[in-house]
Amino acid sequence: MLQIKNLHASVEGQAILKGINLEIKPGEVHAIMGPNGSGKSTLSSVIAGNEDYEVTDGDIIFERANISELSPDERAHRGIFLSFQYPVEIPGVSVTNFIKTSINQIRIARGQEEMPANEMLKKIKEKAELLEMDRKFLSRSLNEGFSGGEKKRNEIFQMAMLEPKLAILDETDSGLDIDALRVVSNGVNKLRSKDNAVLVITHYQRLLDYIVPDVVHVLMDGRIVKTGDKELAKELEERGYDWIKEELAASV
Amino acid sequence: MAYTEEQLEKDLKNKKYEYGFYTDIESDKFPVGLNEDIVRAISAKKEEPEWMTEWRLEAFRNWVQMEEPEWANVHYEKPDFQNISYYSAPNSKPKYESLDEVDPKLLETFEKLGISLDEQKKLAGVAMDVVVDSVSVATSFKETLAEKGIIFCSISEAIQKYPELVKKYIGSVVPPKDNFYAALNSAVFSDGSFCYIPKGVRCPMELSTYFRINEAGTGQFERTLRIADESSYVSYLEGCTAPMRDENQLHAAVVELIALDNAEIKYSTVQNWFPGDEEGKGGVFNFVTKRGICEKNAKISWTQVETGSAVTWKYPSCILKGDNSVGEFYSIALTNHYQQADTGTKMVHIGKNTKSTIISKGISAGKSQNSYRGLVQINSRAHNARNFSQCDSLLMGNKCGAHTFPYIEAKNKTAQVEHEATTSKIGEDQIFYCNQRGIDEEKAIALIVNGFSKEVLNKLPMEFAVEAQKLLEISLEGSVG
Repeated sequence: MLQIKNLHASVEGQAILKGINLEIKPGEVHAIMGPNGSGKSTLSSVIAGNEDYEVTDGDIIFERANISELSPDERAHRGIFLSFQYPVEIPGVSVTNFIKTSINQIRIARGQEEMPANEMLKKIKEKAELLEMDRKFLSRSLNEGFSGGEKKRNEIFQMAMLEPKLAILDETDSGLDIDALRVVSNGVNKLRSKDNAVLVITHYQRLLDYIVPDVVHVLMDGRIVKTGDKELAKELEERGYDWIKEELAASV
Repeated sequence: MAYTEEQLEKDLKNKKYEYGFYTDIESDKFPVGLNEDIVRAISAKKEEPEWMTEWRLEAFRNWVQMEEPEWANVHYEKPDFQNISYYSAPNSKPKYESLDEVDPKLLETFEKLGISLDEQKKLAGVAMDVVVDSVSVATSFKETLAEKGIIFCSISEAIQKYPELVKKYIGSVVPPKDNFYAALNSAVFSDGSFCYIPKGVRCPMELSTYFRINEAGTGQFERTLRIADESSYVSYLEGCTAPMRDENQLHAAVVELIALDNAEIKYSTVQNWFPGDEEGKGGVFNFVTKRGICEKNAKISWTQVETGSAVTWKYPSCILKGDNSVGEFYSIALTNHYQQADTGTKMVHIGKNTKSTIISKGISAGKSQNSYRGLVQINSRAHNARNFSQCDSLLMGNKCGAHTFPYIEAKNKTAQVEHEATTSKIGEDQIFYCNQRGIDEEKAIALIVNGFSKEVLNKLPMEFAVEAQKLLEISLEGSVG
């Protein structure tokens, strides 16, 4: 589904990603872990097409098409979704209005009709229940005055509405209490299928207790330095990242 | 009549001012220039009584001695008042009883504007008094209104048929000497509309007038007078468009509202006059004086969506004379390219327990300058007067300007005046967030701007809100970059 080949990216002339190789197949959940400043969030922004980052080398292949040159909205139309670490506020635009616009814009881009209003309402109701969001929440201005947990819940609500092929969760667990973590993880798990994939970017292992990954990668200084299964995440939790650094130093 | 996304897409593709066409209707037009003879001729043309002619002449004599105001935060080449024709009327007078009699070219014009009378007639509850180039050409729903005793007609007709009402109220809120443009308007106004709602009557429909400037180099001087008698209610909608012109067109209207005891007037405007092209060439000068007076327990509510004109100078105001009276001002002013707007309101609290609310939303894009100018004046006997003002500015790009000039004068210690102001910029992070959800840049900006303007859009009647929303989106076309 997603293939990243030798991806280099920089921001304001400073190289952040220094040759990322990654392949995600349909149905898989991958986790990317790594210390602060290793390039985790940059990777998610670059996959989504954020133009603040300059791709200096390499390719991003999504469903056999090279999407490296596509705009962020075109990537979204193809089914890439990013759950933001810091979702932005849009005053005066309700949660409902925003998701309606999003769904219909994507449908139009795909040459489909807009979603009929009754179908939209039904879907909103269903997904809001899945994420244990109440009615009042849906009419509030997007992210304005939301708590950290509410913001993340809303991100996953949007993901549930959009049913993307590839969902990238950027530090979705940060700022979540244990109940919200359960609700959000549950929401993500309900959406997993053999046809879609999830890329979880996180600092901590705790999210991976709920969203169990098939593959775990360690990102350090702009490169993937180690890949393993879910046990690797547990090991990182117990031992931190220093031992990997030492391993790397020894192997050079 | 729901506005679809597809329609919006189509509209957004259309970069040029979409109402920029010109209808070739034969006009009855005066030579350029202004003097007492021209004023007399206008009055004679309209078969006005002597007192009206004298009133105009008095205004003209005042105007001659006045200077064009320069305090507004706008810069433009002053119009040459001797190079304007002060009267122009479609040839196809007199008025028509049915649509079949109306000049087909005119109907075509309405068709292009999307306000065909045929359609409007079918639309529930909207009476139309269409003003094209200064003279009313078609009026509908008159009978329904007449049954309630409501008078809704052109001001010229009112001068003939209801001279006592006109004489009593014209100039009572905006005296001819009030300001340079009000004086000019008083001297030369060509037409406009008049409305009287009798005691205790609730006007059963939204009243509306569409104004249009349709003749090159013709200044348009509309005069509007609304009288809501005791305990009556009326809601009035006004929408404007103009064809594309290269030379500047002057528009100096005067609107007077009178709300007697316990009456309520809602006055909503969507203004979309030609703003000039991307280089700032052409465009309408809009210098308008709008003011209302509230007697006891009366309420006047102004709502405006201003997206057009090259230069705007406009302050719909309320004089809260009666105790417990209420004044409201809800405004969205959008400027793009080289547009300049200096707009706001005056709330003059005279009576006790008077209350006013000001919500102003300024949106600046391109190289435009957008100013809010407001005065809240609490007079000495206005005990317990209250005002709440909120002025929000939204900037797009870094070549435009937003300015706020709030003036507060409180002469009574019991007054409570609150003022809040914010300035924000559409952020790249907001755009990226929308993009990531499949919403392209143009649509993202429309979404953010509509969200920003929501408090004011919500005050408009439903059909108008949709139209206004569409206008905001079209007006911002080409501002991304």
